[in-house]
Amino acid sequence: MTSGSIRTDAPRTHRGRTAGIRRIVAASLALVLALGAGLAQADPHPWQLNMTRGSTTWSGEAYFLNNVALGVCVVIGVLVFGAMFIAMFRFRKSRGAVAEKWSHNTTVEIIWTAIPVIILVVLAWMSTGGLVSFANTTGAQMTVKVTGYQWKWRYDYVDYLGKPVSKVDYMSKLDALSDKTRQLDSGMDPYAVKTGDENTYLLNVDKPLVLPIHTKIRFVITSDDVIHSWWVPEFGWKMDAIPGIVNTAWTNISKPGTYRGQCAELCGQDHGFMPIVVKAVSPEDFAKWLAAQQQANAPAAPAPAASAAAPATAQVAPAGSGEHG
Amino acid sequence: MAHEAAHDHHDDHHHAPQGFFQRWVMSTNHKDIGTLYLIFSLTMFFIGGSFAMVIRAELFKPGLQLVQPYFFNEMTTMHALVMIFGAIMPSFVGLGNWMIPLMIGAPDMALPRMNNLSFWILPFAFALLLSTLFLPGGGPAGGWTMYPPLSLQSGSLAYAVFAIHLMGISSIMGAINIIATILNMRAPGMDLLKMPVFVWSWLITAFLLIAVMPVLAGAVTMLLTDKYFGTSFFNPHGGGDPVLYQHVFWFFGHPEVYIMILPAFGIISEIIPTFARKPIFGYRAMVYAIACIAFLSFIVWAHHMFAVGMPVGADIFFMYATMLIAVPTGVKVFNWVATMWGGSMTFETPMLFAIAFVILFTIGGFSGLMLALVPADFQYHDTYFVVAHFHYVLVTGAAFAIMAATYYWLPKWTGHMYSEFWGKVHFWCSVVFVNVLFFPQHFLGLAGMPRRIPDYNVAFADFNMISSIGGFLFGASQLIFLGVIVHCAFFSKKKATDRVWEGARGLEWTLPSPPPHHSFTVPPVVHDEELAHGHVSD
Repeated sequence: MTSGSIRTDAPRTHRGRTAGIRRIVAASLALVLALGAGLAQADPHPWQLNMTRGSTTWSGEAYFLNNVALGVCVVIGVLVFGAMFIAMFRFRKSRGAVAEKWSHNTTVEIIWTAIPVIILVVLAWMSTGGLVSFANTTGAQMTVKVTGYQWKWRYDYVDYLGKPVSKVDYMSKLDALSDKTRQLDSGMDPYAVKTGDENTYLLNVDKPLVLPIHTKIRFVITSDDVIHSWWVPEFGWKMDAIPGIVNTAWTNISKPGTYRGQCAELCGQDHGFMPIVVKAVSPEDFAKWLAAQQQANAPAAPAPAASAAAPATAQVAPAGSGEHG
Repeated sequence: MAHEAAHDHHDDHHHAPQGFFQRWVMSTNHKDIGTLYLIFSLTMFFIGGSFAMVIRAELFKPGLQLVQPYFFNEMTTMHALVMIFGAIMPSFVGLGNWMIPLMIGAPDMALPRMNNLSFWILPFAFALLLSTLFLPGGGPAGGWTMYPPLSLQSGSLAYAVFAIHLMGISSIMGAINIIATILNMRAPGMDLLKMPVFVWSWLITAFLLIAVMPVLAGAVTMLLTDKYFGTSFFNPHGGGDPVLYQHVFWFFGHPEVYIMILPAFGIISEIIPTFARKPIFGYRAMVYAIACIAFLSFIVWAHHMFAVGMPVGADIFFMYATMLIAVPTGVKVFNWVATMWGGSMTFETPMLFAIAFVILFTIGGFSGLMLALVPADFQYHDTYFVVAHFHYVLVTGAAFAIMAATYYWLPKWTGHMYSEFWGKVHFWCSVVFVNVLFFPQHFLGLAGMPRRIPDYNVAFADFNMISSIGGFLFGASQLIFLGVIVHCAFFSKKKATDRVWEGARGLEWTLPSPPPHHSFTVPPVVHDEELAHGHVSD
């Protein structure tokens, strides 16, 4: 796991300057990284110890800061707690220690005020870069509107590669098997809820959000009832879905895969049961999928009611099975 | 009652009233009211703890086995409200009530009748709050933060809001009383910068309380009018803004978390010098650090809201301001270590809890620093990493400090020594199991487990089971605490000396153990060398 691979490729000038420092810091944290980074994979796995590195161009920012801050804390902790344990060993009354009288030392007080300030300035500088790059949602090639409901998500494809997309929208909610299993006293085994050999209990939906990789995607996120929060850990961020407010965020997925997340803001009794699944596919496959979706929806006479339910869009076609419309 | 036996050298009217009702319900005595606060908070600690046991039992393994999701949400909400407003805050008020007059040489609190009122409001407030669990529709289940619009869906909102109003009134009255006492009733010679750090920490905390409790009252009142009177402060359909509530709430909420830790800093700053037999290192720096933390607490509130989509400039401001808190907090930790350095230490139970506080609170501080970094917080926010963080600062921070204070002053209060053996058993059980309970929650959060969920994917199963086992054992360990207190108060044969601890300094140790019902009716003469920090000349 090298630091190079976790840098963002956002075209910003001071990124290059920080890269060298980052590499050094990252190398010195190899031990810490080994805890979790080496095992980084898309979805949570048993005994996972550290944050995922993520699968987007930006997600490494969060991961890198996490590791640096953790490393800094471990070093400070070893020094401070080490000093405490030395004191507890050396200055015990049972060892005959006699208390000294001093209670003040201006020099050390200045030192231990100044050193944390320096460390904090470095950390602040590093996180500001990541924050500013996250805030820049301009230049997106695609827009998806995400709406939170109690207790499901709605996805509207707004535009793709400069062209508006119409009538590609659907609800996405907890899959039926998880939903049956999670009922109180269902007698069903959460370990038996699998997709392939992966356990997807409470992390699977009926219709995933399909997104292209290598595309800067802008999300506009809102809610229809209470506050939710749209979180896919592999993307490196979460963003609250708030009624009356439209938040924006962006991602640029680096590799195809299925990325799972959950609602992260308490939203009522089924807060724990509204997962998010993103299926990331190649831009070619995505174009085919999108066309198929539009095709499927186009002939249907515009029904003023029930557009949200839209059963015709229920089937998410496997990538490549669609045809051009 | 052990108190009645106080070997009194005063007149008869200095004895406690004999009737139970008159003694405890009508009391205007700071010691009795302090005792009431402490008993109340211990009761709430066990009630709130039993809610936590329900939470950990449901999370023991994946799948719902015990409770419905809505009841689970009631448990998380009530656990927080009871622990924050019922256990931690009243216990600090109780400690302040008992110890501040003794530490500054005052005969009682400045406003004794208000003292009685501010305590007796609390049982009613919590009766109101806890009664919601037995109502049709259940208790508040939208989290202790009560974010709208979710909290507006709750049928018991009005109960929760009125309960919070009562708690707020109680806190404000308690704070006014403490400020009035400290500023007006110090014995001659007890200059402000000679006061024990505990008294300083409470003085500053009291100002925080007065500043922010009305803000909370305002926020929840707006919830009430939104729900019942058709206003739209937070209702987007009427042009309101749900995020406004979060700003107002956290403007209260962040100072609130320091209200729950600053008196703990004060306690630890009393205990470590006593058992290191060495004056506190950097007394003035300690006082200034508390004041500095208190000031900063007003300008960091939105770090609880990095995921609401604030402008990037606001994110940056709140990130920098939050990181700044690490500096005065670091100074405090370094000073505690420096107090130990060169001392002559013994490790009685209060000292063990104080040392555990320094280490484990610092771990909570570390995760706090990590949470301040906005890009990383985008991942941490609303996960078990946050849960682990605030339990490290509130359980191994605030609650451990309260336990340390209990062991430290219990001999003074009761006139008898507690069982050192069982105190140490309580300590070692607590310190081991609290880490089994909360440390794995860091990993759960980092792996992606959101907080406030009743059920989870099997990937989170292992650490949740470990955490639950730690939780049950930590909960059971607190029964030892109860046993030690009951034994000390009613059964202990070992008399406490006036000074109790060899290295103890300060006016409270010049009084008999237990102190007479009315103490310092004549202001004591303050000898600087008798104060823990009075001889500091810098």
